[in-house]
This record gives sequence, C-alpha cells and structure tokens, in this order.
Amino acid sequence: MTSITQTAVKAEAGTASWAQRINIGNLVVWILIGLLLFITLFPFYWVVRTALSEPSSVYAYASDLLPHNATTFNFERVLGMIDPSTLVGQQASNISPGTLNFWIFLRNSIIVSGLITVGQTIFSAMAAYAFARLKFPFRNLLFTIYLTGLMVPGIVLFIPNFVFVRQLGWIGTFQGIIAPTFLMSPFAVFFMRQFFLSLNRDLEEAALLDGSSKFGVFWRVSLPLMTGPLLTMGVLIFVGSWNDYLWPFLVGRDEEVRVLTVALSVFKSQTPQGSPDWAGLMAGTVVSIVPTILLFIFFGRRVVDSIQFSGFK
Amino acid sequence: MTVNASTRQTGFLSRILNTISNNEAILGLIFVLPSLIGFTAFFAVPAVRSIFISFTEWNLLRDPEWVGLANYQDIFADERFWRSLTITISYVLWNIPIQTVLAVIMALLMNRVSNSAIFRSIMILPWLMPNVIVASLFLWLLDPTLGIVNIVLDAVGIGKQGFFGLPDQAIATIAGVNIWRHMGYNAVLLFAGLKTIPTSLYEAATVDGANASTRFFRITLPLLRPVLAFVIITSVIGSFQIFDTIAVTTQGGPAGATRTIIFYIYQEVFERRISMGTATAASTVLFLILVTITLIQNRFFRSDRSDLAEYS
Repeated sequence: MTSITQTAVKAEAGTASWAQRINIGNLVVWILIGLLLFITLFPFYWVVRTALSEPSSVYAYASDLLPHNATTFNFERVLGMIDPSTLVGQQASNISPGTLNFWIFLRNSIIVSGLITVGQTIFSAMAAYAFARLKFPFRNLLFTIYLTGLMVPGIVLFIPNFVFVRQLGWIGTFQGIIAPTFLMSPFAVFFMRQFFLSLNRDLEEAALLDGSSKFGVFWRVSLPLMTGPLLTMGVLIFVGSWNDYLWPFLVGRDEEVRVLTVALSVFKSQTPQGSPDWAGLMAGTVVSIVPTILLFIFFGRRVVDSIQFSGFK
Repeated sequence: MTVNASTRQTGFLSRILNTISNNEAILGLIFVLPSLIGFTAFFAVPAVRSIFISFTEWNLLRDPEWVGLANYQDIFADERFWRSLTITISYVLWNIPIQTVLAVIMALLMNRVSNSAIFRSIMILPWLMPNVIVASLFLWLLDPTLGIVNIVLDAVGIGKQGFFGLPDQAIATIAGVNIWRHMGYNAVLLFAGLKTIPTSLYEAATVDGANASTRFFRITLPLLRPVLAFVIITSVIGSFQIFDTIAVTTQGGPAGATRTIIFYIYQEVFERRISMGTATAASTVLFLILVTITLIQNRFFRSDRSDLAEYS
C-alpha cells in the first residue's frame, strides 16, 4: 500500500515539475546506480567477450573491449564438437588438451538438479503442510529439531555423510550425489511452512464443512493455492543444487556423473600452469551459466520476491 | 452375492483410505515421514556421528579406535589449525563490514529512485551464479598480467597487483569476490525491510526539522534492525564456511595464506592425510564457534523484536 501511494506521489511530482527533480542529489544517486550496474554486469560481459576470442589473441590483445577475431571455436571445443587430438600442437600452447565434453556434464547437472528439485520440493512441502495445518504427535518437538538442522554447518555433516554414502557403495553414482538433499532440506520445510501458515484458513474450513476429507482439503484447496510458492521454492532449490560444489566434488568426480561445477574446476586444474586456457575456461563458464540465466529471465521476479519474503521469518 | 463381495472389498479399502485421510494424526505422520527419513539419515545421525568420530582415530581403512580427547589436543597443538582460524576471522572481517555497508547503500539507492523489479533482479544475478563460476571469472579478471583489472590499474598509474597470488592480498581479494556475489542479494533483503518503514515517520521527522542523516540514524537504521540482523547473522555464518572460492582460486595458498578453517578440515580428510578424527574435531569446534556467535549476535541485535511494534 505504502509503496503504491509513494509511487503515485512521485509520479505526480514528476508530471508537475520534471526539471525540479533533476537536482544534484538525484544525479549522484543515478551515477552511483550506474556504477553498481556496471560493476555487476561488466564481469559477465568480459566472460562472453573472452569466450568468443581466439585463444591465441587472449594474450596479444588482452585489453581489447571487443573479442579479437570473434570465433565460436571455444564453444565448439568445450561442447566436444572438435576432436581433442587435433588440438594438440595446434595454435598456441594455451589450449587445454583435456577431454572436454560439456554436454555430458550439462546432462549430469540437469539430472542431479532436476531430481533434487522434484524430490525436495514435494517431500518438504508435504512435511511443511503437516507442520502448518495437521495435529500429530510430537509435531512441535520435531519441528524444533528440524530448525536446529538449519544451524549445523555443512562440513559437520559432509564427513559422516561421505562415510555413509561410501558404506552404501554410492560413491561415483547419481544416487550418492542426490541422497542427502533428495528427501528434504530444513530450509525448504521451514520456508514452505511459512507460506502454508499465511494461507487463509477460511477456504479450508469451508471445504471441511462441505464434507471434504483432510486429505481432500490439502489436495483440492491448499495445494492449488500454493502453486506459486511451490514454483519459487523449486527454482531456489534448483539454483542451489546447480551451484553446489563441495558435495558433488567429494562424491561424484567420475566423468559419467560429474556435474558442471566440478567439471569446471577439473578443467581449470587441467590447463597448463602459467598460461591457462582462458578462452576455453570462459566458454565453459558461459555454457554453465546459460541455464541459470534462462531460469533468471523466466523467474527472476519470483526469486526476488521470495528473497524478500525469506527475510521476514 | 459375488457382486456384493467385490463391492464390500472396495468398500473396505476406501473405508481405510477414508479413515486415513480424515485422521489428522495418521495423515500428519504420513506427510512427515519422507522428510523424517531424510532428516534422520543425512542430518541427525551424521551430526551425532560426527561428534562420535571426533573421539576416535580413524583413517577409513581400519576400524575406528576410541582415543578420547586426543584429537582435540592434537588440533589445539597444531599451529596450522590456529592459523586457519586467524585467517578465517580476517576473511570475515574483510567480508562482512564492507558487504553490509555496500548493501545498505544499495538498498537506500533502490528505495530512493525506483521500485523497479528489473533493477533488483539484475542485482541478484551474481548471487545466482555458482561460486565456482564466480571464482574462475575473477581469476581471469584479476590475472596478474592479462586481467583487465590489472591492465586498467596499470594504465591509471596504480600499477599491477598480485591479488590471488600475493599472500598479503589473497584473503582480501577472495573477500572482494564474495562481496561482489552477495551484496546485491543482501540489498534486496534490506530493500524489503525499508519498505516496511511507514513514510509518515519520515514526514513527521522532516516537519520537526530532522535532516537526512538524523532521519537515517534515528528512524531508518533502528527500524531496519530485524532485517539487518538477519542479513548479518546469515552472512557471518556463511562467511565462516568459505570454501568453494578458495578451492578454485588459491587452494589454500600462496604459502597457506588462504587456508581457512573449512579448507584445513578438507585437507585433514582428503589431502594431507586421512584423519577423520581431527577433521571432525575441528568441524565440531567450528560448530561451537558459530553457535556462540549466533547467540551473541542475537542478543546484541535483539533480532526477534521490532521497534516498529512500538509505533503501530
């Protein structure tokens, strides 16, 4: 409400005396905002620019603002469209001879993040609904214990989880990578519970009065109202698992299950010391962030809203 | 009769389903069950197990052997452990104050000029990127000879900097990378907090002759406190656990200058030796540090109470 009236007032002021608004203060504000936008966006531009440059020109034309001799060679390389053996001894020495096939890593990342997103969203939402709306034994105790799970640093859990997954024989498998986060995360349960609590009870009570069962209320009333928040949670979980590094690095280094983040760090460590394969590395980077950018374009607004929501526990 | 038998059977089944779907306790437990399995297997049991392992000597090859407090004595006697703690704290001190001040400024700017969601969306873009990507990106931008930042610094007369490669600069550089990644995200959180402050307060203060800085320190900052507390506490907890950026850029170097506590633990298990005992002991110490810091911060910020309640 306040924001609406505020903008209305601002808009009015804008039509009334446009010139008055361009004072020194506003100018400074806009310059600062421009600076922030530049700082935020320039690194992305530089990645793309480098990825499109010829590997040899990366060194000779390091300060050119546009890619020198723009080429898709690097993308073809990291996407496995060029036989690596033909690269050896060709062009400059700064081309990573490592086998690169980002398609596989992209596929692996999609499998891992997709499964985690579906599993964690569904099971966390079920638990969240139970905590928000159903009375069952030990409910509050259980929820408090879940909340303490939010406090435990990842590394405390990684070591015993690594041991456990190793005992299960799941090292180097997809189930090993997704196991710890497939069934729940304390944050997702907590976040979804807040949303369920904010739902209007009237509709649910009306459905109960009409003879609907408890499950019917969940399925036909609460869940449809929650599609927005469920989608948001799904996007957040997807981005989180897509970005995860340490766990998949510990459990899934084998090429068949290697995800993009691990692949990039392996690729980086394979490049020759002293003269890294920057053009190839940046092409790999671009490939890795495209899915996130796509999600961002479709759901950016939703993510912003959910970040703001999560600030008000 | 035969028809009756089959209807009676489905009737029986649907009655069971009916009972379940109408019984809150059973339905609740069924709903919680999958998450409870996940929580037990990958949160509760490992947390307890981690503490147990910290009292044993174990290299994964032979059975763990109970050694009491020996692992804790071991790490407390290890100069590398104390150094990793110092490095972690210096990282947090580089990271948090600058990041928070920048985020507050950013939120105020957003609040002043526009409610545009596009601007806020762009600001969270870095936060959506994987740490590994952000790290390799800055490794390139800050490359000692070819990085564009150094080329610009050289051109304006400041001269090229070592950044990741210099023991004196590495930790501050890594902090800078993470400030870049997180400030927009924090600003969006703080922006939402600013929106909850009633404009009438500012109007009243202006009428009373308060200038901009008085309004900021007397109204904005106190009323922003709950959100600010949330931002700072979560940032500090995250900051203490810095790992990905270091793993990609410096790997603890140069000369151990960026060996933070998580990197120390990582090396205990996967690089230097396979010592589950000392690694879990160190992670238990880290956990205790984080709990202590959270409690102190909570008390300091009184984050559970908003001053706004006194106004409305």
